[in-house]
Amino acid sequence: MAQANLSAPFWRMEGISKQYGGVRALENVGLTVERSRIHAVLGENGAGKSTLIKIMSGVVQPDSGIMELENRPVRFASPADAMRSGVVSIFQELSLVPDLTVAENICAPEPPRRFGLIDRRAQRRRAESLLARVHCEDVHPDEVVRNLPLSRRQMIEIARALGRATKLLILDEATSALTAADVERIYAILDRLRTEGLAIVYISHRMREISAFADDCSIFRNGRHVESFSKGGKSGDEIVKLIIGRDYKDVYPDKSAHAPAEAPILEVVNLNWGARLAGIDLTVRKGEIVGLGGLDGQGQRELLLALFGVLRGVEARIKVHGRPKQINSPRDAKRRSVGMALIPEDRKSEGLVLPLSVRYNISLAAINRFARGGFIRTRAETEAVKGALRTLSIHARGADVPVGTLSGGNQQKVVIAKWLIRQPRILLLSDPTRGIDVGTKQEIYKLLRKLADSGKGILLYSTDYAELIGCCDRVMMLYEGRIVRELAGDALTEQKILAAALNLPEEEVTAGETAH
Amino acid sequence: MRLWFARNNGALFALFLFIAMFSVYVGKNGVGLRVGLVTAVADKGVLLALVAMAQTLPILTSGLDLSVGMIFVLTNCIASAILSGPLWLVAAGIVAVLLSGVACGAINGALVVYGRLQPIIATLATGAVYHGLALIVRPIPGGSMEPTLAKALTNQTLGVIPTTLVILLAVVLVVWVPFQLTTTGRGCYAIGSSESAAYMTGIAVRRSRLAAYMLAGLLAAIGGLLLTAMTLSGDASATGGGIYTLSSIAAVVIGGTSLMGGVGGAIGSIFGAFVLRAVSDLLFVFDIEPLVQPFIQGLILLGAVSLGAIRVLRAPNRLEFLGVGR
Amino acid sequence: MTRVLRVVDRPVVIAFGFIVVLLILGGMYNRQFLSGFYLLQQLRVASFLGIIASGAMVVILLGHIDLSIPWVVTIGGITATAVAGWWGPSWTALGVPVALACGALVGLANGFGVAFLRIPSMVFTLGMNAVVQGMVVMYTGGNAPPDKATPILQWLAVRDTLYVPNAVIVWASVGVLVIVALNRTPLGRYVYAIGNSERVTYLSGISTRTILIIAFVTSGAFSAFAGAMLAGYAGKAYQAMGDPYLLPAIAAVVLGGTSILGGRGTYLGTVAGVILITVLESILSVMQISDSVRQIIYGAMIIVMMLVYGRDRRADG
Repeated sequence: MAQANLSAPFWRMEGISKQYGGVRALENVGLTVERSRIHAVLGENGAGKSTLIKIMSGVVQPDSGIMELENRPVRFASPADAMRSGVVSIFQELSLVPDLTVAENICAPEPPRRFGLIDRRAQRRRAESLLARVHCEDVHPDEVVRNLPLSRRQMIEIARALGRATKLLILDEATSALTAADVERIYAILDRLRTEGLAIVYISHRMREISAFADDCSIFRNGRHVESFSKGGKSGDEIVKLIIGRDYKDVYPDKSAHAPAEAPILEVVNLNWGARLAGIDLTVRKGEIVGLGGLDGQGQRELLLALFGVLRGVEARIKVHGRPKQINSPRDAKRRSVGMALIPEDRKSEGLVLPLSVRYNISLAAINRFARGGFIRTRAETEAVKGALRTLSIHARGADVPVGTLSGGNQQKVVIAKWLIRQPRILLLSDPTRGIDVGTKQEIYKLLRKLADSGKGILLYSTDYAELIGCCDRVMMLYEGRIVRELAGDALTEQKILAAALNLPEEEVTAGETAH
Repeated sequence: MRLWFARNNGALFALFLFIAMFSVYVGKNGVGLRVGLVTAVADKGVLLALVAMAQTLPILTSGLDLSVGMIFVLTNCIASAILSGPLWLVAAGIVAVLLSGVACGAINGALVVYGRLQPIIATLATGAVYHGLALIVRPIPGGSMEPTLAKALTNQTLGVIPTTLVILLAVVLVVWVPFQLTTTGRGCYAIGSSESAAYMTGIAVRRSRLAAYMLAGLLAAIGGLLLTAMTLSGDASATGGGIYTLSSIAAVVIGGTSLMGGVGGAIGSIFGAFVLRAVSDLLFVFDIEPLVQPFIQGLILLGAVSLGAIRVLRAPNRLEFLGVGR
Repeated sequence: MTRVLRVVDRPVVIAFGFIVVLLILGGMYNRQFLSGFYLLQQLRVASFLGIIASGAMVVILLGHIDLSIPWVVTIGGITATAVAGWWGPSWTALGVPVALACGALVGLANGFGVAFLRIPSMVFTLGMNAVVQGMVVMYTGGNAPPDKATPILQWLAVRDTLYVPNAVIVWASVGVLVIVALNRTPLGRYVYAIGNSERVTYLSGISTRTILIIAFVTSGAFSAFAGAMLAGYAGKAYQAMGDPYLLPAIAAVVLGGTSILGGRGTYLGTVAGVILITVLESILSVMQISDSVRQIIYGAMIIVMMLVYGRDRRADG
């Protein structure tokens, strides 16, 4: 595309591709961003958004393609490079150094200096002023970041970005744990930055946020750039269709027609853990899928870990099939008498041993069952592994390839296979479809329903409200470590979920006014 | 302020431990606080303190330097060979000794940063090389040092304070304190805390890591210099170097620096070194049977490093108590 | 034999290649070097290091390290030779089992510190090394241990069976044990899994603490066993007899392709590493190269080989 200088876009990417092992994260994508406009990038988890942002931020380099800033080609060999060129990124929380103070993090990598040494007072003052801009005066600049909750850390990330000389600002899921009030403030700041001439790229998988205030929108799906349009160019339904590539209704399998009136398979009474979880009561019946919802970091993940025996100092009365059980470790939890399984949140660091083969990973939790006299019976193991690959339709070039070479969706299926091989009674899933393509998500939804129908009890934590509505029979909403509401049947709507997530009384939230 | 206490509690604990031990020692040794005695104690302690300071830096970057004891020995041998003669020659010699320490550190750093070798293996290997070089310089123990210089370094300043302590203080003020106030210095902490976050923040990871190893070499060289002043000779002792290396790791841990990096500092390591040194003196003063002393010393060492490691165990009550799950 | 990763083969091949190169060089210097007798002698000497390295490898595979090896070797040698002195000559057969038990006990303590107290292994085993040294000093009074090597120990260390040194047979048996355990048992799977990610293994419901303890007990037992055999080889146990074995053991494991971070490595590689180091050290001493240059060559070779290993030296997967 030949451009006259005047009409050259502020930022342009073209032909960008990136491959990780056998997985193509981005294929020949392009993006054009203009000044003084907020450009939303929408897409499902796994659509390639985060890879795109990493390339724009200099964290990774593209395999092919070009990038141009102000009509000049640029290449970023490192995040420092990108920052020097004025491309500043705000990630969810990844780029704060845990053991450094707030002030040090905010001013890094170029803190104020005097005689070559860091001027700590000036550093503190700069941090204070930036914190004030995001209305976080309650955060002490000398506090170590590690001790702060996720919501504060996200605000600190944003404060830091404000302190940099920015031409292009990128926000990657930067508001997931923030309250509505905080989000409003961020929008106000972004609005002001827009009028000052910044180009802003805003990534989110929450469609509502965007339609409200973005000027332009680009949609990605399965590593490809699907379409770009300006505000008002597409209707809500059209956008959703572009994002997921098919009709909204088809995504979720039908829930069980009859309410499961069976005896509870899991009963939790008065679960407490330090200051993070308080007074949690919950029941999962046979054949039921119970959801856990709420903003990020409200204790959902911790609850699942507590049930699975990972956390120390948990006080609770837990009954499985009516019988009280003491679960002090995952080993306790997976025993036949309890029969729990946990699909953890981060498959790469918690669910899979990436360098080891698919086979090793699938049989890891059950290898004892394939051993006789202390030795592994490889034939039995191979059969079980092959069976798992078939049942879950895992695409891998054989069972002996390293599991790290599989796509995100297939990797997650391996994690699930690892536990299904033990035929657990209760499945705990911690945000299982995060970062996974839509096709695999569908398969997982169908699988969950099938497992529930076969008599298992399922507890599902998800950050995706649509998923909670579509999959679960009941949803427990958590706020600051407590269950604040239970939604089921007709009450299971996005509106009510949003209200409960923000801990607002139901009457305050009406259609169309949700700011999140 | 509350926050300062929280961040430095490791070093403070080591300091407190040392003061307690030293007080007991002074109380029981029958001669009290004599200048000669304090100088002797200080001399031994300062040597280890310098090597411990050296070890602190790579550990802060979540690395390790197993060659630090050998750099100490090598610079000792070089110093024993070239520090004689007219003043200007001696001065140049001092510079040369320090530079050789930095060079060793630079080699270590280059292997880790550019060669991308694991620090433990790289420095294991370079330690052998440096030992070999020390043996070439000093095949048998010997050599000397300009006696006036040696005396000046090991005497007392103002008649009371051991000069070695003054030198240590000077090193802390001139080398350590400024370093950790530079971006490179803070970068070392950042890398050890979370290398990926440091990278994404735009911190110069390679520069900080390289600087850490080079500075370690420099500090070890200062130690080697002082050793030559004290013994007036050079000794390419493998056991000596090995003991210093391992003791430096222990001192660092006792002083509150986490082996995983990101937390701690050289000042704590200094106190950790003094605590280690004080242990053997204490045992002597309590008239513990000499044969049992090594055993008690070992137990105390084990206890001290365990305490040090447990204290620094990050956020023990967080989600999973697996501190080291990768 | 199932292999965990294909990548591991490369360092093993390179290591064996180096061994061949070294042998040829040695042969050029002195014909004797390639004689069957001399080669078998090399294997015999390598066996002691090999047994120690076997234990070290298991611990390293888990991502940990055992720095108590030096004095556990020594205490192994001392207890094995001292048993006759304690309980009378008819008890000499107990020498090796007692040594093994001592080593295992130290390993148990190490495992406890690392697995339960979560103290970094580098630090805890370092302290334990000092404690064991203290125990030895208490027992021997700081002098050379008086007891001579028992006939059994001498038989193990010095004698041959059908021209093959017994020490090599012992090493081979240890090796078979390790290979089978690592490749054909759940324990082996857990070791590799923990070495790559203790967190994932723990979340898969495996008692990672038990595995850690088993590994350290193994390392302690093997080290003590080697110490007993060394006492047989030298005729007696002596102070600090284990000191020269720590760094070569670690080097051998790493040169054999095992990642110092854990999770990757084969026993065959450790065998190659052990032989490589043994052959190198003996060539250097045969050529009467001075100790200084020997050290430099030793260190430089490790560096060069690690740099050459390519992908394996990458910091973190």
